[in-house]
Amino acid sequence: MASSTPTANESHPEIKLPVLEREQLILNNRSYNWITERICGVLENRQPLLWWLLFIPSALIALIGVGGGLTYLVASGVGVWGMTNRVFWGWDITNFVFWIGIGHAGTLISAVLFLTRQNWRTSINRAAEAMTIFAVICAGIFPAFHVGRVWFAWFLAPIPNANAIWQNFKSPLLWDVFAVSTYFTISLIFWYLGMVPDLATIRDRCKPGLRKFLYGIFAMGWRGGNRQWSHYEMAYLLLAALSTPLVLSVHSVVSFDFATSVVPGWHTTIFPPYFVAGAIFGGFAMVLTIMVPARFIYGLQDLITMKHIDNMAKIILLTGTIVGYAYLMELFVAFYSGAIYEMDAFKFRIAGPYWWAYAAMMSLNVLSPQLFWFKACRENLWVIMAVAMCVNVGMWFERFVIIVTTLARMWLPGDWKTYSPSGVEMMTFVGTIGLFLALFMLFLKFLPCINIAEVKWTLPQSDPHHDDKEHHPDHGIASEAAYQKELVSSK
Amino acid sequence: MSTTRKRVYGYLAEFKSASALYKAAEKIRDSGFRKWDCYSPYPIHGLDGAMGMKRSILPWFVFFGGMTGTATAFALAYSTQVVIYPTIVQAKPANIFTIPAFFPVMFELTILFSGFTVLFGLLALTQLPRLNHPLFASKQFHRATDDGFFIAIEARDPKFNPEKTRSLLAEIGGDNIELVEEEDA
Repeated sequence: MASSTPTANESHPEIKLPVLEREQLILNNRSYNWITERICGVLENRQPLLWWLLFIPSALIALIGVGGGLTYLVASGVGVWGMTNRVFWGWDITNFVFWIGIGHAGTLISAVLFLTRQNWRTSINRAAEAMTIFAVICAGIFPAFHVGRVWFAWFLAPIPNANAIWQNFKSPLLWDVFAVSTYFTISLIFWYLGMVPDLATIRDRCKPGLRKFLYGIFAMGWRGGNRQWSHYEMAYLLLAALSTPLVLSVHSVVSFDFATSVVPGWHTTIFPPYFVAGAIFGGFAMVLTIMVPARFIYGLQDLITMKHIDNMAKIILLTGTIVGYAYLMELFVAFYSGAIYEMDAFKFRIAGPYWWAYAAMMSLNVLSPQLFWFKACRENLWVIMAVAMCVNVGMWFERFVIIVTTLARMWLPGDWKTYSPSGVEMMTFVGTIGLFLALFMLFLKFLPCINIAEVKWTLPQSDPHHDDKEHHPDHGIASEAAYQKELVSSK
Repeated sequence: MSTTRKRVYGYLAEFKSASALYKAAEKIRDSGFRKWDCYSPYPIHGLDGAMGMKRSILPWFVFFGGMTGTATAFALAYSTQVVIYPTIVQAKPANIFTIPAFFPVMFELTILFSGFTVLFGLLALTQLPRLNHPLFASKQFHRATDDGFFIAIEARDPKFNPEKTRSLLAEIGGDNIELVEEEDA
């Protein structure tokens, strides 16, 4: 809770020890009702013009890119995705790993920060979880269609079939099917359960009608009684505890797709932690990319404060540095192994025809976040947005470097090729960006974008013993200046 | 058309803050009521103790749900890889010693089954979903999801008494005390 504990010095009652006041998570002493009004206002009021200006193009891009691109692919075959050479995974698996990585910050914010009692998460966790769901939807498109003949996608599920053939449970690709589908399901449950009390809030504000009926259905009759909250809080804790290892496992399993193959540049044990750090890194950048404008458009500055943004910037700095360490360690291990193929793979990455991708990855992911060492940069929203965009692009390049530069130089020189994606592939990727934005816009329009109940819970007056504290004026809010003054006067 | 009778659900009283609700809950607990609840827009920590409630039993459901998931994944992997369709790939043997390769799927299904148990266990324990509830007939109860703190004592509680319960609620600081009635079909 955002209150500090009394630490009065017994022997010198006139000296009050300074207790650093925790920074308020919600600014300007807002009331419960203000919070309800402001967050519900986002979806109850008419959307600003900017919403339409973003939604309509995104929806069109999604329709043409994903809808049109995939229809064309299914009608013609995977050849239109350029699957005629050895860099089969090229663009599409890059996009898959890119999107699935973005999702991870949502789970991190909702689960890991919940378990570690980081209350600042409450202002951003809903939007970040929504981002997870939408990113996983975008991610799923690529492997599902990449395998070709998507109407046989049910072969992935262990169902008895006429050929009496079973899936290979020893393959990381099947692990991936289980990991990603579990991740999507659990994220959806987490997101939905977290939203039930807020849906009830909206239901209770609606006039009777279809809208109230629909929100009522999804709120499931939630009443906010403590006999419900008690189980609910336990459920939330359990889901957080389940999601934390899950999120680590998902990107580890994704990295196994690479690490378990005997391919120079992929066959390394550093991959799982390296992929997880990269996923959190890229995900936080995406949270900032969408939340900073949304905060501005909907006037949520008192709920998503500079403190929240500062914290996210610090996490980007931390994970960006971990990613930088992994890049360098990868090079060192290649050198130290003495394996010529391994060394050659990295030489090819750095100085081969894809040097620009490697340079982009290094500068955007490792150098650009270093700006966040400086407080002035963490306080400037333009710098924050610029770095977040750099990281978004940089993380895409990381996956491109890992996948394409490796597959373009496999064991057989006859397979060597300079890779370029096909037009339909590019169209589909742009389409998923549109899909992601369009889904997020719909989310802002129809669902509470900030966790109303949890934000209320972080207010100081939400503590059931808050009123008792009022009777003790010294509960550790003595400012540093007052303390210094008292120290001087007591001497 | 038909005449509807009203059935008393109970009393609903509003309290001005989380602290007031907490103190009132302790008093109602000590008066020996059983069928009552505190309503608040967010979970109030420590209220379980003030109401004399036990810790949720949901973790036990989830533990067994999760174990079912582990067992399901192992059974699935073992029966298909070893019994029905043994294949040697990646030089991994088609027998029990290939179990490390089954761990990722066993882990994922443990989480998946646990997650579903959390969802359905929660719904069972909170007796949701339901389409309506007598409290929704109250004119002020909609504020419980906004900024209101309420206590409702149900008429089916053996200690419920139309006069005494009302005066108890007034005594411990309840405002806007309301007799909530539901329509009896």
